[in-house]
Amino acid sequence: MSGSTPKGMSRRHFMSHLTGASAMTMPALAMGNTLLANADDLKRRRKSAILLWMGGGPSTMDIWDLKPGAPTGGPFRPIATSGDVQISEHMPLMAKQMHNMAIVRSMSTREADHGRGRYYMHTGYVPNPNIEHPSYGAVLSHQLNHQRPELEIPPFVTVGGGSVGPGFLGMAWAPFSVNSNGQVRNLQMGLEDQRLYQRMYALDLIESGFINQRRGSAASDHQKILKKTLNLMTSSQMDAFKVASEPEDVKERYGNTNFGRGCLMARRLVEQGVPFIEVGLGGWDNHQNIHATLRDTKLPELDQAMSALVEDLEQRGLLEDTAIVWMGEFSRTPRINGNAGRDHWARSWSVVVGGGGINGGIAVGETNSDGTRVETEPYTSQDVMASVCKALGISLQTTFTSQNGRPMKIANSGKVIKELFS
Amino acid sequence: MNRQIWAITVLGVFAQMLSVPGSIKAQTEVLDYGIQEVGEINRLIRQGWADYEIRPSVAATEGEWVRRVYLDILGRVPSVNELHEFTKDRSAEKRKALVTKLLYDEEYTEQYANNWTTIWTNVLIGRSGGTEQNSLINRPGMQKYLRDSLARNKYYNEMVYELVTATGSNTPGTSDFNGAVNFMTMKLEEKAAQATAKTSRIFLGLQVQCTQCHNHPFNEWKQQKFWEMNAFFRQTRALRRFEPGTRNVTHVELVNESFQGEGLTKNADKADIYYELRNGITKVAYPVFVDGQTINPSGYIEDVIRRDELGKLMMDSRYLDKMLVNRMWAHFMGYGFTKPIDDMGPHNPATNPELLDYLGQQIRRRNFDLKQLISWIALSEPYALSSISNSSNESLDDPLLGEIPKFSRFYMRQMRAEELYESLVTATRAHEGRGSYEEQEELKSRWLGQFVVAFGNDEGEETTSFNGTIPQALMLFNGDLVKKATSSEKGSFLSDLADSQLNNTQKINYLFEAAFARKPNMNEVRVANQLLAARKGDLTAALQDIWWAVLNSNEFILNH
Repeated sequence: MSGSTPKGMSRRHFMSHLTGASAMTMPALAMGNTLLANADDLKRRRKSAILLWMGGGPSTMDIWDLKPGAPTGGPFRPIATSGDVQISEHMPLMAKQMHNMAIVRSMSTREADHGRGRYYMHTGYVPNPNIEHPSYGAVLSHQLNHQRPELEIPPFVTVGGGSVGPGFLGMAWAPFSVNSNGQVRNLQMGLEDQRLYQRMYALDLIESGFINQRRGSAASDHQKILKKTLNLMTSSQMDAFKVASEPEDVKERYGNTNFGRGCLMARRLVEQGVPFIEVGLGGWDNHQNIHATLRDTKLPELDQAMSALVEDLEQRGLLEDTAIVWMGEFSRTPRINGNAGRDHWARSWSVVVGGGGINGGIAVGETNSDGTRVETEPYTSQDVMASVCKALGISLQTTFTSQNGRPMKIANSGKVIKELFS
Repeated sequence: MNRQIWAITVLGVFAQMLSVPGSIKAQTEVLDYGIQEVGEINRLIRQGWADYEIRPSVAATEGEWVRRVYLDILGRVPSVNELHEFTKDRSAEKRKALVTKLLYDEEYTEQYANNWTTIWTNVLIGRSGGTEQNSLINRPGMQKYLRDSLARNKYYNEMVYELVTATGSNTPGTSDFNGAVNFMTMKLEEKAAQATAKTSRIFLGLQVQCTQCHNHPFNEWKQQKFWEMNAFFRQTRALRRFEPGTRNVTHVELVNESFQGEGLTKNADKADIYYELRNGITKVAYPVFVDGQTINPSGYIEDVIRRDELGKLMMDSRYLDKMLVNRMWAHFMGYGFTKPIDDMGPHNPATNPELLDYLGQQIRRRNFDLKQLISWIALSEPYALSSISNSSNESLDDPLLGEIPKFSRFYMRQMRAEELYESLVTATRAHEGRGSYEEQEELKSRWLGQFVVAFGNDEGEETTSFNGTIPQALMLFNGDLVKKATSSEKGSFLSDLADSQLNNTQKINYLFEAAFARKPNMNEVRVANQLLAARKGDLTAALQDIWWAVLNSNEFILNH
């Protein structure tokens, strides 16, 4: 180090030298041919996905698959929508957007514990103590990242929730977690550039020395995160997080709620080129007093924000390249319990998908008259993921190799739900 | 933090450095320090290496080992002074002497108790327990109970008995205060499902939460067992107590009350509970322990306090000692004998059942003395191995690759957020002028809050973003804590170091030893001198740059 950085050398340029100088090892994964980007790929319109994650497990038979009159049905009435489906009367704004969305009403899964269900619905695998599977967000951002070489901010962003990590893909694909006001802490160092470079140079030297001692992936993963962090600190793309700068009427349309701001941020991030955004809305674990809670708080908040997002993406011409998935870890018992609540239930429930060329306005599959069973072909987390991959143009033959050498197909061999595309 | 170790002035510490011998040598011979259990750990672990035909890593350097011991026992890195005290010692059993000192010297009692209070608080009520409004948990109350218990090395089984059977007020300063109640005050909703699940999981290593609603597909726990275990908690209630004449909650009281049972004909002589099978059939349950032992089914507290009976049954259960061993082993070694550590049912066999069983029996024989268990593990051969792998164990013993841990090398892991905080405080003497324990905890928990995400569901789950992600890196780059640690203001750590009588080489050595427990290598000395030149002789500024780089490195954040 000469004590100064060569003139005209930008931070980013400087960082790329640092990275080149250090022994960066390739992550232990074999990529399918989707990553072999060619010029056509880059010209193609870039694809994105938004996951609206309903933590706690929402009662889908009170929202998307009503059973009026059944003993399990609850008090809510169905209403007509802009599509060929009916949904809850407490989702009037979404009713006007249903031509863009499809309800998969024959979801049937096995995990009815929050932790296990969250893991399974986020990865397509049940928890296994010997391997950490990458979440869909990590997998999809990993697969889509090549479409946006200009992206400087993390390709997997989660707003107001925890999500599930990158597993064996490594911390470089971990979700970047922000709260819904978009303020990222500790972004500014307040040093002049030259001194920052010099510090980074010293840091990289210490860091590489440790890695070169054969200390394993924990040491080298750390270095990758440092590089991403410096990129982020110096990027003007961070403006995408600033939802407050949106016009008042837009903010109002999404709703003055955390989830509303999160959905608005998701749209801004899609525009900026972020391939995967997860927006969390919790509070669905309604073991007690479920219908008043849904009617008075949860559904109005959801309806306002989700409908705004779909409408906004459509109006901006982004919906055809952006897949939206609405789901939780499971749903809730058809039987209403002694506390006027519903408990955990995974056997028969709904998820909602749309965008990315997915057929809107339809319901796929059916449950029986009291909602306790699926009557048609059951679908799983893997099938939803396979369908999202299709919508995003990702080959289902894409295979990852976990660190222990076991090949793993994307979407865990799920099958595309064909009604969504025919 | 104990302040006595800082009684020596910083200049005194720096002066001592002048007489320190240069290199820190690795210890090669394997000792059992005359402790039977240490010898047995070494024998059984070596047996595993032979069976798998792997060669263990070389021994860690003295500095690496000392750093580990301080991190794992006290929750912080050693100060430079403490490091030198150890490396200067030439006696054969100095490692045993150090472990004994950290565990039993009065000087360290407070730090020991504080560190393990943090660990156990997170296990018992999570990082967010008691931090939300209207919480039934009083976090300081939980911590007070644990600190008092750990400071006097209360036997672990007694602690478990107290936590499981506690009654009284959750808030310090109220009459009938018993901080142990905070473990259970928030776990009684929905028929005490969480009390059932967490008690089984944390103390017995039995994961029963799924069996609340159905027979578990993979383990032998049936739905019936969940509700039989659950029946032990049904006399328990958490009651809010109010300031007289107002709606202001002063504290929460955990009480035992007679339970009438759930049947249509209330019959407290045989207080029954009911649950529903997935096929809709309703079944009845009474208190039965995991091993089939039954108790008087009466719901009257005059006849039987069900939690007291549960506490006694747990004390006698082999699951109790094995779970403790597994938890402590994982704390020191990075991995336990099962993964996850608190899932030890028959469906998830331990990787080294003989050692697990042996240590469980031994700790039971030693009355569940936590400090003895810590000594055995901390003085064992596998704990003293390097984290650097060799050609023989690089892939064959990498649990990240799905291999079962064979403990042929030290598995690196990131410091917990609390350990980083305390380590920065230690390394920069930032504790000086800090307030009481409660005030310090308040500051720390506000800082920790930025990394904790609660899922807000009935299992009280939470996650942390302090796991090697960008927000963590940003915090270490630019956050207040590091700004303070690298401050050059008059009277700060760095300004005192700059003003000390050490020469520049010694000053740079000091920073590396404070963070890594080693001296800088040639490349690092060179870059440090370049920074000194770049800062045009402003020594404090150069030290700032070096210190910033050191604190942001993998070597600092990883317990290696």
